[in-house]
Amino acid sequence: MSEILRIEGLSKTFTLSRKQQRIERTRDRHKVAVDNLTLSANRGEIFGLLGPNGAGKTTTLRMLATLIRPDRGDAWVDGCSIVSQPEEVRAKIAFLTSELKLEDFFTPNYLYDFFSQLHGVPADTAAARKKSLFERFGIDKFAEVKVANLSTGMKQKVSIVISLVHNPDIIIFDEPTNGLDVITARTVTDYLQELRAEGKSIILSTHIFSLVERLCDRVGVIIDGHLTACGTLDEVCDGLPIEDRFFEMYKTVKGDEQ
Amino acid sequence: MRHNNTWTIVRKEFARFFGDRQMFFTTVIMPGLLIYIVYSLMGTGIGNMVNEGRDEVVTLSVENMPQSLATAIFQMDSATAVVQQTIFQNDIEALSDKEINAVLVRFPEGFDSLIGAYCPADSLPAPNVEIYYNSTNNAASRVYNALQGVLTTYEDQRSNLFDVNRADSPEARFDQATVDDVMGDIWSKILPMIIIMMLFSGTMAIAPSAIAGEKERGTIATLLVTPMHRNELALGKIISLSGIALLSGISSFVGIALSLPKMIHADAGSLDMAFNYTTPDYIALLLVILASVLIMAASISLISALAKDVKNAGTMVVPFMLVVMLAGMLPMLQNGASDNLAVYLIPFYNAIEVMTAVFAHALDWTAVLVTLGANIAYTAIAVWGLTRMFNSEKIMFSR
Repeated sequence: MSEILRIEGLSKTFTLSRKQQRIERTRDRHKVAVDNLTLSANRGEIFGLLGPNGAGKTTTLRMLATLIRPDRGDAWVDGCSIVSQPEEVRAKIAFLTSELKLEDFFTPNYLYDFFSQLHGVPADTAAARKKSLFERFGIDKFAEVKVANLSTGMKQKVSIVISLVHNPDIIIFDEPTNGLDVITARTVTDYLQELRAEGKSIILSTHIFSLVERLCDRVGVIIDGHLTACGTLDEVCDGLPIEDRFFEMYKTVKGDEQ
Repeated sequence: MRHNNTWTIVRKEFARFFGDRQMFFTTVIMPGLLIYIVYSLMGTGIGNMVNEGRDEVVTLSVENMPQSLATAIFQMDSATAVVQQTIFQNDIEALSDKEINAVLVRFPEGFDSLIGAYCPADSLPAPNVEIYYNSTNNAASRVYNALQGVLTTYEDQRSNLFDVNRADSPEARFDQATVDDVMGDIWSKILPMIIIMMLFSGTMAIAPSAIAGEKERGTIATLLVTPMHRNELALGKIISLSGIALLSGISSFVGIALSLPKMIHADAGSLDMAFNYTTPDYIALLLVILASVLIMAASISLISALAKDVKNAGTMVVPFMLVVMLAGMLPMLQNGASDNLAVYLIPFYNAIEVMTAVFAHALDWTAVLVTLGANIAYTAIAVWGLTRMFNSEKIMFSR
């Protein structure tokens, strides 16, 4: 399998505001979110980033999506550097996170066309792809309803579809089933498997063990910004159920803090 | 070849604005409509106040009418009925109790002989004329003022040593200012400030929502993960905001223009005479308004990008608005536009100076061109700054 994503020594430290210091209950002005992360993902696989809340998963994905710049290190998405070629990287990926919102005022139909134009998708290609994606996710039933009037699940479906307007080869989804009902969550995970079957590469962050077991070909475990383990599920789990293996690693990293 | 997304952003912003009836109404329709209604009501109210009692006949009762003033008093005002009678205390009381609507004048007996014999050097009190009236009654006030005029003129004539600007013929004209000059002077002191404030209010109503609002709602991040260049996003935002602000400004201007005849109590014909500008004047005005709107949208966008949310942006724009208002007031304190071209490099103030010159019938195309060039250059710098801000994770994603 050829490599589609390579991360080398990626690091990110945030400066905390006083409010954030109070929330985090720390006197440190700086928080290391990701520390010297090195890993790779292969073409046509689902790679899962597993870790607890605040482990650095989302920060890693935001750096890959070029929303934030790493302090050190670099990553190459299909050969393009996230530091020196951010626009090329953004053209190659689909990125989805709860941080990205859709304008309430517009309809899914309008937003699809708008983002297709931003990605430079020809109008006829965009129309055919919209029809197919809207049918696949059942969006055609509410295509002309303003986003403000849609349920959380409907909005998530629209967000997924809009992130895919340009038919990218690399899909980066941050906690894609968070807050969704079981039916919508299943639609999303089924679609991710379909995408893999089409040869797309998917980078997925989650803290849900069952999702990792069901979807991921390879997994990287992040705790406190460090990559603790990386490999196929069998390699990482070493014969244990993934949940047990994860807590074992977690105790090793955190030690007496727990 | 890579396509340019600036117009995609402009179209989206226009779709957002024109699709939202409430926003369209409050930003474009309401300012013009409100200005028209308020100014028209004010004009009508002032007009009613001025014209009140104009047709009312007031009785001017004169005791001891002097021979020397009789003709002037009888010809004083067509709406005045002059009667000669003795004024008693109960007449004054009736006036005080508003039982009669009159002006009562009591000349001293033998007024002409008394003033003929009077010598200021004697240190004796001068002959006194008593005029009783009610100053809150417009008609009575008018008669009182007319009578004062007659008496003052007569007094001046008696001690006349020389005249200034005596019109010996109806064609004699000493003040060489034309109607255009006079009206131009008035417009140049008032209109630049009004226009700048209208445009600023229009921009302020929409820019914070389009930039800080997108940050607050989390929709800016959705745009930032697309391959679009950040400068296309910045330019698209500024162009669309300028267009919308211009519409709002035009609405306010139309409101002012339509209510102007009522404000200055003029009919359409006399307004044309008072608002006598040429096509080059209007072209210069339009160009400078366009350049002003661009720089306003750019500046407020920069401030909004720094703000955490729309409310914060509104607060941050206020000091800036006060500075622009102050600049708008400067023409009231000065005589015409500046000749110094360096003045036309100062953003906002340059537009005010050009408008002052246009309204004062002193259009200077060099000043217009310097203003346009400067404002376009400042807008380009602002686009660059906004692009940098869109690239800054600290500014875009700070909480």
